[in-house]
Amino acid sequence: MRTLRWIIGLILFVGLLILNLTVEMSTLLRVLNPLIISCFLCLWRIGIGPTPADRVVGIDILGILIIGFCGIFAVFTKYDFFIDIAIAWALQSFISTIALAKFLEGRAFDE
Amino acid sequence: MSETIGLVFIITGLAFDFLGCLGLVRLPDLYNRLQASTKCVTFGTCGIMLGIFIMNGFTGMGIKALLCAVFLLLTAPVSAHAIARAAHIAGFKLWEKSVCDKYQEDKGKG
Repeated sequence: MRTLRWIIGLILFVGLLILNLTVEMSTLLRVLNPLIISCFLCLWRIGIGPTPADRVVGIDILGILIIGFCGIFAVFTKYDFFIDIAIAWALQSFISTIALAKFLEGRAFDE
Repeated sequence: MSETIGLVFIITGLAFDFLGCLGLVRLPDLYNRLQASTKCVTFGTCGIMLGIFIMNGFTGMGIKALLCAVFLLLTAPVSAHAIARAAHIAGFKLWEKSVCDKYQEDKGKG
């Protein structure tokens, strides 16, 4: 059963990779597809996470992935204000993660 | 030449991002998930930012991308450590097959 699940996952992975490289689409979308799939995996973890700490980890990684989105957009459109958005998003993501960690620990926000 | 090296960095970063999120979904425990998903930061998104810096050189966009990478490298381990410590203090259990919990031993001693 475990081997069967491994083989199904491997076939799905290789199939998605081949589909991404052969189907007709623009280069920007080809590069963005792994990040979009990663965002959906993160949302799945935020939705079903058994404990609140799992959801905090998912929110942290989702912010990091959005910084990657901003970088890819900056490369392919040649506008550099996307990097400014990425820096601001990194700042607020760090602050929100620290606040959620303190809240998880059982203290109040302003202590 | 620098375009090619930058694109190689960006593709590697995308692969690290995808594999880190796969680990976030598939691993059994909070601490294992945290350990896998921090790889998203240190080579995934920082790899993308370093690729932008290599592609553009010392222009405005390149310098800002390098600044963003340095900021991510400074802050992401701090936030991951804060989450792990808070979860351990709040009492979330480890996986039942885990073999080692040094922080619990230190708390018992001190």
